[in-house]
Formats: sequence, C-alpha cells, structure tokens
Amino acid sequence: MKLNGAEILIDCLQKEEVEYVFGYPGGAVLHIYDALEAQNKISHILVRHEQGAAHGADGYARSNGKPGVVLVTSGPGITNAVTGIATAHMDSIPMVVISGQVPSPLIGMDAFQEVDATGITRSCVKHNFLIRDISEIASTVKKAFHIATTGRPGPVVIDIPKDITIAKMEVEEYPATIEMRSYKPTVKASDRQIKKAAEMLANSKRPILYAGGGCIIGNASKELREFTRMVGFPITQTLMGLGTYPMTDKQSLGMLGMHGTYEANMAMHGSDCVVAIGSRFDDRITGNLEKFCPTAKFIHIDIDPSQISKNVVADIPIVGQTKQVLQALIDQMKDKKLEDISSWWAQIEEWRKVDSLAYKKSPGVIKPQTVIEMLYEVTKGKAIVTSDVGQHQMWAAQYYLFDEPRQWINSGGLGTMGFGLPAAMGAKLAMPDKDVACVTGDGSIQMMLQELSTMLQYSTPVKIINLNNGYLGMVRQWQEFFYEKRYAMSYMDALPDFVKLAESYGHMGIRVEKEEDLKPALIEAFNQKERTVFLDIVTDPSENVFPMIPAGGGHSDMLLAGRDEMVSKDETDFNAV
Amino acid sequence: MRHIISVILENEAGALSRVAGLFTQRGFNIESLTVAITNDPSLSRMTIVSSGSDRVLEQIVKQLNKLIEVVKVSDLTSQDHVERELLLAKISSSSKEGANIKELVEIFGCKVVDVTDKVYTIEVSGKTKKINAFLDAFDPSSIIEISRTGVTGISRGKKLI
Repeated sequence: MKLNGAEILIDCLQKEEVEYVFGYPGGAVLHIYDALEAQNKISHILVRHEQGAAHGADGYARSNGKPGVVLVTSGPGITNAVTGIATAHMDSIPMVVISGQVPSPLIGMDAFQEVDATGITRSCVKHNFLIRDISEIASTVKKAFHIATTGRPGPVVIDIPKDITIAKMEVEEYPATIEMRSYKPTVKASDRQIKKAAEMLANSKRPILYAGGGCIIGNASKELREFTRMVGFPITQTLMGLGTYPMTDKQSLGMLGMHGTYEANMAMHGSDCVVAIGSRFDDRITGNLEKFCPTAKFIHIDIDPSQISKNVVADIPIVGQTKQVLQALIDQMKDKKLEDISSWWAQIEEWRKVDSLAYKKSPGVIKPQTVIEMLYEVTKGKAIVTSDVGQHQMWAAQYYLFDEPRQWINSGGLGTMGFGLPAAMGAKLAMPDKDVACVTGDGSIQMMLQELSTMLQYSTPVKIINLNNGYLGMVRQWQEFFYEKRYAMSYMDALPDFVKLAESYGHMGIRVEKEEDLKPALIEAFNQKERTVFLDIVTDPSENVFPMIPAGGGHSDMLLAGRDEMVSKDETDFNAV
Repeated sequence: MRHIISVILENEAGALSRVAGLFTQRGFNIESLTVAITNDPSLSRMTIVSSGSDRVLEQIVKQLNKLIEVVKVSDLTSQDHVERELLLAKISSSSKEGANIKELVEIFGCKVVDVTDKVYTIEVSGKTKKINAFLDAFDPSSIIEISRTGVTGISRGKKLI
C-alpha cells in the first residue's frame, strides 16, 4: 500500500502509542494535519502559542513518564517552541518535537517561514534530525523516540520538509527495535564501584543522601525509599527531586540549596560522605563551590558520565541507572554492619529545631507561605502541583510536602516563567483523576495566559493559585538585598482584573483579599471538579523567601528569616547569579 | 596541556557543526580541527587539537561521547602515536631565503610543488613543531601566503582507536 509522508509519520506516532500531540498548524505541516484529522487514535491539543505546546507536552511527560509529543510549523512555529524545548532539555524530559520545514528545493533560499530549525535547536536538544527523503521517516521517528526516552532522556526534534510529507511510497514495516552503533547509553553500573561505595557508606559517621530529578526520571523512588530506610541515613532532595522520598518522613531533611532548609544545608556542610543520586551539583545546590561540603567524600551516581566530576570531583563515580544502582547498593549493604550515627542524628535534630521555615504572620495581609500550607491542607497533600518561576515556586517547594514522585512539576534548570499553566494542562490530560494546581505569580501567569483558552476547549480543569503581590517578587527580593532597594522594573503596574479575565475565558475566578476567605475559596475551587478556577490571592508584597544562601556564599552562610539582616557582602557577589 | 583527540563519527550532514558547536557552547578551545571520510564511507574521522587542564579534557571527551553521532573518542596524546600536519606555503623568490630555497627544502625534507618567476610553492609535512620551525626560518616578509591543514594523527602499531 502506498502512503504519503504525512500518513507514514502519523502511522509511526500511532505505533509509538502516542496519546496526545500538542501543536499548532501552519503552511509547512498542513499535509500532516490532514493525515492527523483522518484518524482517531491520537488526540490533538490545539494550543494558542507554540511555547505552550512544548510546555504542555512537557507537563504531560513529567506527570506520567511517557514522552511528550509536539507538532509545529516551520519558521515562527519552531522558534516559538524553542523556549519549551530548552526547558525540557535542562530538566532531561523525554519529548519528540516534529517541525515542518519549507519544501526541500527551497531550503537555503530564505523562503517564507524558513528557519534553520536543526541549527537553532542544536544546543538545546538531545539530538535533532532533518529528514531528506520519505524513506527515512519511519527509521527517524523510531530513533527519535529511542533517543528521547533512553539513557538520560531529553527532547529530540525532527524537521520535515513539506514536499516529503506529500511524496508517496510503499509502506514498510515500522521497526520494532533500533540498533545505533553510535548511541548505547550506559546502563549497567560497575560492581567494583558499587562495592567500594558500600564500603565507604558503611564506614561513614556523618553520611547524607542527596537525591535529585534522576530518581524521578529513572523511576527509582521505590528503591530509594527502601535503601534510605535500610541504612537509616538522613536524606535531602533537590528542587527537581522533591517527592522521590516522602517529605513528611522523619528521615527527610527537606530541600537543600539556595532556599533549602537549615538542617539540609548544615548537614551537607558537616557531612563526611555525600551520596549524590541522580543529581548534578547545580550551582543553586552548591552555592560557592570552594565552600561546598568541606569535609565530605563524594559518591556520585548518574546515568550521564559527563555529569560526573563536572562541578564537584567524585571520589567514587558510579555511572548507571539510579534504579539499578540503588538496588545493587541494597543487595550489597543488606548484611553490612554500619557505623553508629546516632550522634549525627542528634546534631541534625538540633539544626531541625531552628525551624528555618517558620515565618511571622502579620494582621491584615495574607502570607504567601500560608496559601501553600492551606493548599496542602485542602488537597490533603495529594495534588499534582505545577509552578512557574520565582518566589512562589520556592514557597511551593518549601511548604507543600510532596510525598510522591511526579507530584511536583516545575522548570528547575532553565527557570522558565510561563511554564506552569500549560504544564498543568498537560499534567491534567495525563492524570485526569488527580487534582492539579498551578502555583503562579502575577508576573509568570501573564507569560502564557492564552492557554486558558486551550484549557476551556479541551476541558482540563486546573486550579490556578495566583500569589498576587504586584511585584516580580524574586527580582524585588534581590533588589532589596543587593541593590539597596532600587526596584528597577520589578513593580507590575496596571495588572488586569484576573477574575474578569478568567471569566472572559469561560472559567471561574475568585479574588481573595482576606485570610479568613482563603480556605473557603480553596475548598470551593477544588469542589469545582469540571472547571478551571482562577484564585487571585492578594499576598504580602514585602515577603521574602528564606532561608537564603546569598550569592557567593556557602551552605553555612545561610541567612534565616527574623535572625539575619540581609546585606550585600562585597562586590564579588554580583558575579554570581 | 595540548591534546590531540581523535573522533570517529557518523558521516552525516550536521555532525561537524554539532562538534564545533559543542566547543563554542561549553567554552572549550580548538587549535585545529580536521575531518574527512574513513575507509568505511559511512564514518568520518575528526582530529581536534585542544588544550586545557585534565579536568577540562575529561569533560571534552565525555561531552563528545555524549553526541549521538559520535561512535568513538580517543585522546591520542596519552598513547604512542604518530601526528602529522601539512603546510602549503608561497615564498617570494626574490627574498633572501627565496634565493636559498633549495637548501632549506633539503634541510626540512620538503618539496617545491610549483614555481613561477616570483613565487615558490612549498609543501611541508611533519609535526606541528617542524612546520613552525620551517616558517620561522623565513623572514615574515618573504612569506606571501600559507595554508595549514591542522594536525591529523593515528596510534602506533596494532592498537586501533
């Protein structure tokens, strides 16, 4: 049977069991849309901006672990998607992006809506392809899904010229497997390294586990929990790792890093053995590298060899899947006698007593922290929470105690404002039975507002928790601390009436100005099972995120709310971001 | 320290720009880069000369390996190897050195590949140091134009990349 390129492409996507395609049509992909319309296995979500398509697919992928699929047209279609692709790349999210390209004979002629899509996306994808012949479609799609989902996952772009989507050929069997001589992601970790690690762990007196997004992406939460409980060590989680170990558990020290808890950061600082599990010693975690974990040896478990000894030199590197390495460590340490670490725990409990997340309420204003605490209470800690980027993101990470992996969805690496709303939509599509909340701010929400329209069209009821303080809060906080309160462009004047705005998009809007109205409003919002509800919550404009490691500082330089004055240290701090 | 890195990669459009892009993106330096097809026409071989600390080199090798189209990466510097570079140079025949060109050609074991009334075109091959020494033997004003290939290299004996 002869099919055209577009039909072959859609057939391949069906074979990959794609459920949703997030996309936006345009000239170069019209044949593909025609083929998409002719079938009913794959649903298409028509976003309102291509960045929303990429974030939507990303939220879908993060919440259920399957690759997200995006379809955009050439030129502005793919350039609009770039921010979303880069977001997925930084956080290792499996995604396949299909972009239309001008017809092959026009490539390089500056044709209408032509951009060099593979050139533009090269540095923010795991890999990309430009299809040159219709016979390459099936093998390329197979490779793209294979590359996107194996090893350290990431986005893959397939750029496909329009003429190839209308050319015809005899259909070949879709390949069941694919062998690539140049791509063999390492999976089996070295037994020798695991034995060495087990030895070091058994002999450490002040150990700490530091788990990152790699535990979530690698579906290693079960093994991580078993291992952590077996050895009885304290565990801290990165922003990307939250929920991989239950945050309500007594062994959990909460999040570490720039806005991490006192106990987590002090334990890192005092540790003699840090075990990094699927985490990459990002600058938001380490602070000043020279002051980082001065007395620790490092065991670093990661599937990507290039992460090892990139920022921090590993004493025992283990390249492998977090799931498999943790299982091997469990087996290896089952009968091992461990050092007594009760005095280490006693020290940690002292640090915990500092209660670094305590905050003062003031009459007449709603504290943003209270909103997150109440959101946690009303959803019984079970909702999927997405966030945008800024202060609200940190508060959500600090005060919503995530107990399950894939419950917390945020742009940790790239820090993309505008991510939260479309990601929530994607998460709701992937997990229709879960409550989904998007914690956002008056700055971030306005970056992807148009997706409210998509959410009405496809009935993806999400609860938008807008912490409205009239400021770009995180920028304002830095200006307060480090720029002598010169608030350059961090004040948002002329905000829209978010309630009316939500209503005009066909959703429900509730404005909350008093703390006593907060809980009833949240309950009302989550009772509206079928509707998207926009909660516009007026919060304290002067509130800051604490604790905080000031730029250039180390973990023990942490500043605490109500205890420390925030002052800029010296000029060198300004080099840090 | 200077390193010579050999890379075997799929002979596909875009593979070269991926490697070059990686070096700019991560701030690694490139002294020279050569690339051509191998005896297996589906593969290319690239030789990159770079410099940096051991840690930087470790990152370069790891990042190269991470590129999907890269099949093998090897740091030739750490093993017994042969390295060569080719130079084509136009030397003014009226200069002092031009008059002694036959002598220099003999000393450096190189070849005159083209002659006109004003210009000798010389071909020199050898290690980078030899090429530099050859060029240093001339007064800069007598060198009209040069073209260097950059280094290519291969391990000695039975050992393959």
